[in-house]
Formats: sequence, C-alpha cells, structure tokens
Amino acid sequence: MPGQATHGAIVQFEHVSKSYDPAATRGKNIPGAVNDLSLTVPAGKICILVGPSGCGKTTSLKMVNRLIEPTSGRITIDGVDIATRELTELRRSIGYVIQQVGLFPHQTIGDNVATVPRLLGWPKARLRARSEELLSIVGLDPAKYRDRFPSQLSGGERQRVGVARALAADPPIMLMDEPFGAVDPIVRDRLQNEFLRLQETIAKTILFVTHDIDEAIKMGDLVAVFQTGGILAQFGTPLDILAAPASAFVARFVGQDRGLKRLSLLRVSDVDLRPAVTARPGDSAEDARRRALDDPDRYLLLIDPSNRSLGWIAHGDIPNEGTLSEAMANPVSPLVNKRTTLKDALSMMLDADVQTGIVVDSSGAVQGLITIDSIARKMRDGEHAPAFDLAELDPNDELEALGGPDAPANEPLEAGVPLP
Amino acid sequence: MIPGRPLIDFGWIAGHLGVIAERILQHLQLTILPLLVGIVISLVLAIWAVRQPRVYGPITLVTGLLYTIPSLAAFAIIIPIFGLTLIAALIPLTTYTLLILVRSFTAGFGAVPSEVLEAAEGMGYTRRQRLVRVELPLAVPLMIAGVRLASVTTIGLATIVAVLGNSFGGLGQLITEGIQNLFPTEYILGAVLSVVLAFAADFLFVRFERLVTPWVHARAGSN
Repeated sequence: MPGQATHGAIVQFEHVSKSYDPAATRGKNIPGAVNDLSLTVPAGKICILVGPSGCGKTTSLKMVNRLIEPTSGRITIDGVDIATRELTELRRSIGYVIQQVGLFPHQTIGDNVATVPRLLGWPKARLRARSEELLSIVGLDPAKYRDRFPSQLSGGERQRVGVARALAADPPIMLMDEPFGAVDPIVRDRLQNEFLRLQETIAKTILFVTHDIDEAIKMGDLVAVFQTGGILAQFGTPLDILAAPASAFVARFVGQDRGLKRLSLLRVSDVDLRPAVTARPGDSAEDARRRALDDPDRYLLLIDPSNRSLGWIAHGDIPNEGTLSEAMANPVSPLVNKRTTLKDALSMMLDADVQTGIVVDSSGAVQGLITIDSIARKMRDGEHAPAFDLAELDPNDELEALGGPDAPANEPLEAGVPLP
Repeated sequence: MIPGRPLIDFGWIAGHLGVIAERILQHLQLTILPLLVGIVISLVLAIWAVRQPRVYGPITLVTGLLYTIPSLAAFAIIIPIFGLTLIAALIPLTTYTLLILVRSFTAGFGAVPSEVLEAAEGMGYTRRQRLVRVELPLAVPLMIAGVRLASVTTIGLATIVAVLGNSFGGLGQLITEGIQNLFPTEYILGAVLSVVLAFAADFLFVRFERLVTPWVHARAGSN
C-alpha cells in the first residue's frame, strides 16, 4: 500500500435531515433523527461524530453509504451528489467498520479481508496478495491468521480484521461505527493508537461514531458534537471544543474535567520554555554564584559536555571559591521532551514534588525548562469566555448515556523520558 | 407364526437377496425423490418468508395442515386422481417433508447474525449476492438439521406406500407380505432394514454437515 494508496475525499453534508414517521415506527428500535445537518469533512481528516444515544450520529454516518436515505438535503463526495451514484458501486468505494465487526463466520480471515476486491472482480492471485498485505498492516501474521475462521480469533483480533477488510479496496473514505466499542479498555487503547499511526500513512477521510467523549478527543482531527434531536451542537477541533464549549449541553457533555482533558491534548512544544542558567563541572564557583542570580528561582543547572543535565545547584549551596563538581548537583527534576503531553509533564513534576521540568531533545541535551506556572498560564490563555450562562451548568445533572464520567482514562500517546 | 419354525429363517433371507436389494433401492427412491422436491419447494417458500415475514404464518399453517392429514387418508384422496402410480406415492411423502423443512430453513435464515447482514449490505453486496454467498451458507447448519429429521421421517412413512402396490413398494412391501403370510422373517427384516436405513441417513447427514460447514467446528484445535 505505501506510495500507491488513494487518499481521502471531501465529504459534505448540505442541509441533511432525516425524520421518521412516529406512527410507522412505533415500538421499533428506531435510529435517531437528523435535523438540518451541514458539515464538511476535509480530505484525509478524522471527523468524530459524538453524542448521547439517539442523537442521530449513527444515522448521519449511514446516510453516507446510503444504508439510510435522507428525507431532505444532500451529501456529496468530492462534489458529486451520492444520490446520483449507483448504490453498490458507491458502497464498494467506502470502507465500513461496525462495532460487532460483522465478519463472515463461514469464510476464512483471508477471504473476509478480500471481500470487496472479490466483489470488484479482482483476479485470485491479486486477492490473496492483497489480503496478506492488509493482515500485515493491521499487525496480524498472514501465515498464522489467513486460514483461520473468525470464531478462532479474540475480539481485538477480529476488530483488526474488520479494519483490514474495510481498507481492502483502498477506498478514499472510511465509515467507522463505534469500531472499538466492543473490546476491553486496554485493547481499545492499543487499537486506537495503532489506528492513529496507520492513518498517518493512509490519510483516509474518516467518519467515526462514538459515544465516548474521551475517544472523540483522542481520535479526532475534528469533532462534531450532536445533541438529542439530531442537532449539531458544535463542530470544531477537540481543543476548540474543550476550550470554548458552544453551549451548556456541550460543556456538560465534555465533562467537568475538560481542563484536564485539554492538558492531555497539549504538548510541551505548545508552551513557551524558559531558558536554563547552566554551568559545567570545573567552572569557577565564584562566577557561578553570580550567574545563578539570573535565574528567577536562583538555581543553576549543571550540564555535562554533551549538554545533558546533571542536576540543580541552589544559589545558596554554591561555595564561595573553588570549582563546581558533579557531586553538588541534585537531579530531582523530571526530564520531558517536546512531544510529552502537558498532562504527563505536570504529573511527573507533581510526583517528583518540584516546580520545574527539564525539556531535553532526543539525545538528552537540555533545551529549556517548563514550569507548573507556565502550564497554568497556557491553560488560562486558551480558555475563552463561555458563550452561555454558566448558571445553566448544574453539577448534579444526570450524565447517563454520555459515556464521559465512567469512560476509562486514555493512556498518554507518549510518556516522558524516564529519569536518569 | 407357525409353531416349530424359527423366528428368523436365514435360509429364506439367503435365497431372496435379490428381492431384498430391490426393495431397499425402491425405498431409497421413495425417500430421496420426495426429499429433493421438498427441499426445492421449502427453499423457495423459506426465502419468500424471509423477504416478506407476513407470509410466514400462512405458509406454516398450510404445511402444518398438510402434515396432519393421516397418510392412509392422503392416499385415499390421491389414488382416484393418479391411480396406483409412483407419482401418487411421492406426492404425500413430499408434502409431509414441507412442514419440517420450511421451519428449519426459515430458522436457518433467521439465525444469520444481523451485523453480518449489515456488513454485507454496507460493503456493496447486491441482494442476490448476499443471499447466495452469505445467507445461504450460514443457514446451512440448521437446514441440514431439518433435512436429517425429514429424511428419518420419510424413511418411516415410506413403508406405508406398500398399500399402492408391488412395483415400487420398498421395504413396506416386505412388512405387508410378511404379515399377510404370517412369516415373521420377512416383516422383521423389513422393519429392521427400515430402521438401519434411517440410522444410516442420519449418520451421513451428520458427516456431510461437518464437511460443508468447517467453520462451525473450527473453534477448538488450532487456536
């Protein structure tokens, strides 16, 4: 696939509505209605549709491959109205992944993966090569898995096969309906991370339904928050939505801990670093004492010839004469890198009971300092005035079906550099 | 039974192997033909019922009614129309399979998981492709269970066909003649062979099912 993959297409909803006749659907498990949805998903982006059950997010998704036809409005892919396209041809050009996976129990894993290419009439040898390639891409050894049946796989393995099957004919668009909802939290986290890594190379346009706000924030380039009645409550980047919820509903849905959630989206590189006042073993103590006063906290950072941190020396601990030595340094501060999330950086500082973290590059060379103050400042700057009356927010509101409070915390994508 | 003669006269059996073999072949004919026709009719009815669930009730009602007609009465109705022919024998044997087969076939289609159907539709299967490549293969285990039951029932019922005459009467002919002649060897042999045929058919279908549905039995072992 590398090099020859078809990248994403633009998916656009234009005033799309779907209503159900309450008389005709009484007593049935009806999907949620959709009310005048207009939304553009740029090519190659992951757009998460999130909201409580019955909010129309799954209905919106299924209108893209026309499993559900809209009552009014239109949906275009790269400008072409999908209603004008032949139904099976349209569906074969869109990858589809559902929560229960829906693998064909009577077919081997290899045959399952090759489903759409087989419908498209690819020759046998190419089908086989393609399904083996895809199994490798999703991390399943083709020799081991190709001839097994779905019942012989674990839930996580089945879900990987589901993703491989959706990618088989290299579609520009993928629709994913709670794809990781049926696996346990640890497997889900791993599948999410693997999928994000995969998306970096395949760059498909992905519409992804979930009820879990944490998954939405983690996976989405863009997040569309739906509220009951099929109304789009807010559409924006995860940071925008956390920093400035557009309504009391969105604020409640993203949860009271939205500040903490933002911390896990922001990285050390998003904060202005403070320069460290540095010295090396063997430097004159007298000179070092004077220079330590330049640091707001009056600490000197001792570094080795490769600019790697050896530890702190407080101004008061620097002798009046002689030279600095490594034994004077106290290596208490955690080391982080620019990709470390602010949540992890903060946590490491709290664990070490210090105010400052040392930012290093991949070789360990010191690049600057990050402080608890600078993180707090960053969080304040990003916060916008709420566009709704905060008094509407009742902390005792029922949050059932929102998925937020009891959803598992996401593992950080990348932990900080361990302490030396 | 005539006193002094053994219950089973092996000499008679040895002397009549040709006749016995012929009766077995006739019996197979009386079993296989109604089953084949019954399978075709039931498949059509079951697919109809799956597509239009409201016809399922009427279909089971009619096939149920057919099933309740006593077999001798059925022949009484049919003989005036078709005479003492093979066709007259096959018609009731066929209709008796329908109730079991239609029910098991619809159950087979109904057992296909809804997420599998949704995935197939979402990936761009046409309706016919979905039926032939997904629904039918997945319905096979329950369909074969129905065919097993229908075959055992038909093998038993086919012994009645002896009332229609000698030329295609099957094992029932041995039983009737044995009773008429007060010759236990013959009717016991007819009954035993009928039971053996039923067991053999059942065994064959079990093996056949394992052969064509490897995924059902794949769980254990290679994992």
